[in-house]
Amino acid sequence: MQHPETWLRPTPAGLLVEPGGFYIDPTSPVSRAVITHGHSDHARGGHAAALATPETLAIMRSRIGPEPAKSVQPLGYGEPIEIGGVRVTLVPAGHILGSAQVVLEWQGSRAVVSGDYKRRRDPTCPPFEPVNCDVFITEATFALPVFRHPDDKEEVARLLHSMRVFPDRTHLVGVYALGKCQRLIRLVREAGYDQPIYLHGALIELCELYRDFGIDLGDLRPATEAPPGMFAGVLVLAPPSSLGDRWSRRMADPVLAFASGWMRIKQRAKQRGVELPLVISDHADWDELCQTLEDVAAPEVWVTHGREDALVHHATSRGIRARALSLLGFEEEGS
Amino acid sequence: MKAFSRLLASLLYTPARNSKLRLLKAYLAETPDPDRGYALAALTGTLVFAEAKPAAVRDVARSRADPVLFDLSYDYVGDLAETVALIWPAKEETGQDLRLSEVVETLTLAARAKVPELLEGWLDRLDADARWALIKLLTGGLRVGVSERLAKTALAEHGKVELAQVEEVWHGLDPPYRPLFDWIEGRTPPPQIDTSRLFRPLMLAQALEEGDLLSLKPRDFRAEWKWDGIRVQIVSGPDGARLFSRGGEEVGPAFPDLVDRLKFSAVVDGELLVRHGEAVAPFNDLQQRLNRRKPSAKLIGDYPAFIRVYDLLFEGEEDLRHLGFDARRARLENWVAHAGLASGVIDLSPLVPFQDWEELGRHRLGAGTLNAEGLMLKRADSPYVAGRPKGLWFKWKRAADTIDAVLMYAQRGHGKRSSFYSDYTFGLWTQPGGELVPVGKAYFGFTDAELMEIDKWVRNNTVDRFGPVRQVAPALVVEIAFDSAQRSTRHKSGVALRFPRVARIRWDKPAGEADVLETLMRRIPA
Repeated sequence: MQHPETWLRPTPAGLLVEPGGFYIDPTSPVSRAVITHGHSDHARGGHAAALATPETLAIMRSRIGPEPAKSVQPLGYGEPIEIGGVRVTLVPAGHILGSAQVVLEWQGSRAVVSGDYKRRRDPTCPPFEPVNCDVFITEATFALPVFRHPDDKEEVARLLHSMRVFPDRTHLVGVYALGKCQRLIRLVREAGYDQPIYLHGALIELCELYRDFGIDLGDLRPATEAPPGMFAGVLVLAPPSSLGDRWSRRMADPVLAFASGWMRIKQRAKQRGVELPLVISDHADWDELCQTLEDVAAPEVWVTHGREDALVHHATSRGIRARALSLLGFEEEGS
Repeated sequence: MKAFSRLLASLLYTPARNSKLRLLKAYLAETPDPDRGYALAALTGTLVFAEAKPAAVRDVARSRADPVLFDLSYDYVGDLAETVALIWPAKEETGQDLRLSEVVETLTLAARAKVPELLEGWLDRLDADARWALIKLLTGGLRVGVSERLAKTALAEHGKVELAQVEEVWHGLDPPYRPLFDWIEGRTPPPQIDTSRLFRPLMLAQALEEGDLLSLKPRDFRAEWKWDGIRVQIVSGPDGARLFSRGGEEVGPAFPDLVDRLKFSAVVDGELLVRHGEAVAPFNDLQQRLNRRKPSAKLIGDYPAFIRVYDLLFEGEEDLRHLGFDARRARLENWVAHAGLASGVIDLSPLVPFQDWEELGRHRLGAGTLNAEGLMLKRADSPYVAGRPKGLWFKWKRAADTIDAVLMYAQRGHGKRSSFYSDYTFGLWTQPGGELVPVGKAYFGFTDAELMEIDKWVRNNTVDRFGPVRQVAPALVVEIAFDSAQRSTRHKSGVALRFPRVARIRWDKPAGEADVLETLMRRIPA
């Protein structure tokens, strides 16, 4: 067997699968890219050829433009293909719509690039599927034991409770435009909230895209449509960057909320001026990361973007060979 | 603990003062005695558990969690209470809440050796938020954006009494303040307190902002030097004297040479200073005497202390606080001439005469040579009001001194800054074209936007890494402002800066043109 360290190489452009001549989530334009999911730090434009799930390609078209790469190739979950002798299979990662792990097999060894993932239920995408492998390459966004995301039902219940307690205030929730936004809407709908939800303009197109893929988000309206007096008691979603913006001035004494795994740390919430922190994340928390290492049963783990030290320490103490793999270009606070 | 932790978390997240006040009042109205009294004590900083140390909390947590993971987490989160609260392995909830009063009363009686065991048992019973509140309570310093004054204001509003009425009795009562609640909620008459040896809350000054002077009339104000010592209140009567710091803590035991000689009946406001011949010694000298419970005769002789007084609150039994400043000043001068000077350890802080703000501004430039921090402006008609009332007293600090230094090392911050290089070590050249020698560290003074820029610069100019510290190329000049420079034997450079902060980032200035060490050494007062 050829150990994956002989054929997977971190380069300034991203992780190169040498025998196949392609990169995974490259950060600069390359001849051939495999894209795990549609977040902008993973899915960049300008590649000569890009392969991804049909959902991810649709997201890339919406965010980058009609031609996200010179040539694109859709590949469904669980349909292996060969690229330069390397067998490539996309497997659900449970992160956002279309997100995939990349399973790579070459000369008798198997490596899995997780991309970003989570293990808990998400009504907008199929769940993460653990794949046994020789090397598992994992993200580490929340790889510290202080990050234990609570049940998202409880977090949504807190939001709805606050809306009942402050019926004359707008509830303005910061959400990442892709994934968190649509998941939160689904969770709120599942909790029985059937009123219209108002959206910042930057969120509308992706919600429509999710709908096209059959995800029912209920009654959504552009926030610009609500006259100033109508904001009392309504739920408005906006990208985090526009929370403190002039944009929100028309609203009725808004309760600022933010749905993110970072909200677990009180000082982070405080720093952003968030009054109602909602700990809802699309990344695996500490327990999920540790559980995943058990589930994939890989004798070796490479840890990328995030808090590598802690996960490497944990894996090592469980008898797993582990090392940090430095890949540039992934944002620490990435969506 | 549930209600208390909910209160603390809401206070932390709520920026508006009025909303905080509403939360506090709701808590006081809904929470039974004695819990609410203890909560009030915690919020006003009155509750101190000398036997509970942060180190003990950390050790308990490190024994329960993997120590390596604990340290990484603490480094990331930056706040001990929050790290422990989040990392603590959850147990089945018992469903039964732990009362704040049970914690406070148990801890008050507990020996230090018992604290870890108690803490562990409690942490197992609580959820993450309540664990956080518990540790905040134990280690002091809640930091939820509530001043002592705001907490007392909530109490006064809850009872529909005046804040001044609460202030008057506050220091004569102890947690959980049952007589206070009984009184303001109308069940009993006001508590009777022996005020003869009681600390009276101080009157504080606002910082003078740019432009304030335009709207103030020189003739309405009196000026004094703002001495660089520690503010003290002398409370002296037939039973002896007590010396309080500005927060109402007793500092007398460290200064027997003063306390033994304060034989009069008065409450006096002044500055504790150390004398160097006829002049006021730098703050550094006073520091030698602070927190020494039993100072030696040599220490007392080397650093002779005295009190420079500037206000008289009580003379004998007579409360002077309602009088205007000028009237109190006349009484003070008369009192100093007799009782004050007779003590041998008191002198009068002189008024600084001036006609207009320009003249006063010139005086301010000379503050440094007197070892004064600047000037105080006091309205001639201002009564002595507890707290920091608006528009009556102003502090006008002397302009900070600055040097142009070179950034040498940057360290990742804590907590909300843990992903930014926000702690900077800077240095000066030994000589033009020589090497850099570090002279201090600065953590603030820059905007968030500047922080992002420096952070980026640090990442792009790193020449070496030591754990969380990066050594950077000697290429970025930072203008460092500081209050004073002092000789130091602990620093390689031989100089220590008081209160250094980043005044400006000199992206434009070549590093070779930054200051040399000699320039800074010349700023050390003789």
